[in-house]
Amino acid sequence: MSQPGPGSESAVTVLELRGVSKTYGQEPARVRALDRVDLSVRAGEMVAVMGPSGSGKSTLLTIAGSLEEPTSGDVLVCGMELAGMSRGRRARLRRRVIGYVFQDYNLLPGLTAAENASLPLELDGIAVPKARAAGMAALEALGVADRAARFPDQLSGGERQRVAIARAIVGGRPLLLADEPSGALDSVHADEVMRLLHEACQRGVAAVVVTHDAQLAAWADRVVVLRDGRVAGQTTRPPGPESLLTPEEAR
Amino acid sequence: MSVPHVLLALLSEGPKYGLQLREEFEAGTGEVWPLNVGQVYKTLGRLERDGLAESEGTGQDGPQKRFRITPRGAEALAAWLRTPPDLTSPPRDELVMKVLVAARVPGSDAHEVIQAHRLYLLELMQQWTRLKEGEARDDLRLALVVDAELFRLDAVTRWLDAADTRLRRAAAAPPRPAPAPGPAPIPQLRRLGTRR
Repeated sequence: MSQPGPGSESAVTVLELRGVSKTYGQEPARVRALDRVDLSVRAGEMVAVMGPSGSGKSTLLTIAGSLEEPTSGDVLVCGMELAGMSRGRRARLRRRVIGYVFQDYNLLPGLTAAENASLPLELDGIAVPKARAAGMAALEALGVADRAARFPDQLSGGERQRVAIARAIVGGRPLLLADEPSGALDSVHADEVMRLLHEACQRGVAAVVVTHDAQLAAWADRVVVLRDGRVAGQTTRPPGPESLLTPEEAR
Repeated sequence: MSVPHVLLALLSEGPKYGLQLREEFEAGTGEVWPLNVGQVYKTLGRLERDGLAESEGTGQDGPQKRFRITPRGAEALAAWLRTPPDLTSPPRDELVMKVLVAARVPGSDAHEVIQAHRLYLLELMQQWTRLKEGEARDDLRLALVVDAELFRLDAVTRWLDAADTRLRRAAAAPPRPAPAPGPAPIPQLRRLGTRR
């Protein structure tokens, strides 16, 4: 492990939330979805956000992805503050820096796997041949290059999710936001999806994965637990798995 | 754990030495469950006494002795594989006890207690997952053991979530008009736990 690990101080902070609050509605029916949340995610780090329904985890993701604005607090992506950014700049940031993975994959049915994967780059105005090459490279990284010419309805659920992840990381996007990324997949296939996401992180991507499933959250380097819009606690980086294997003193 | 039957399973592949059995036992459970040599020989002695295994008649004792399974041992193994383990009486779970106690001791915050346990369980699950990501990738038996452990821990975290929600609802809801008198559920659990 020569690359700077997620725990290392030198790794770049890709996403930072400082005292982020979000309220909906007016008094007296005000709902506080997020309450002074601090969260920072470094390059190469996978953070899972867990919590029951209504704990604020989806709001956290949409705010981190600049799809919604916080009521108060700051959001920084790659060191850039989102507040005060023009709509155009913010849209560009979303296209170039942030990749999204949704539970229902959200692939466009009329496009092939390759076209889906390269779509964000083409939307960003990158020349088609160059975008396609990057799309193929992303499909390759996720082991579905041989499915490039197929349409989403010709792919299995697991393959569709691989294509969706490829689209999210295409062109070297540094931040990946995932909402229940393994959707309706069974546990073994869901594991495969988490393994792929974690591998993307090991190549340097920063990821925030929202899930209510502890087994999926356990793939992350850090698990943050939300309760009523607040960070109720988080795991510290666990020691390696060696501690679980046959302890010498037990022999 | 069913050490005797696992040893019988290993012997059903062919005659083996005690040390060999220990190594294969540990390898076969992904080295997650350690087994000491003394335990192996004690168990082999018992299997021999019950006619489920026999040592090869070399006359010599100790580590040079090879063991083989008997036809009765093979029958016992087949029967054991198909017998469901006893899951009828709930084990007296320490974590359940702690949450029950936290919920009734004045001044103790059950949610805080739950949260502390939840974080600990998540960290443990992260460790098992690192194992799944690494060593267990090419080791089917270890992968099965790791899965079993993760599902077990997952069930405990889900129970904590449910307990958390139930306690919140109970705290928010107005007291029921006709409260059921009587003791908290702890004594009831004890009764359940000892029933056989």
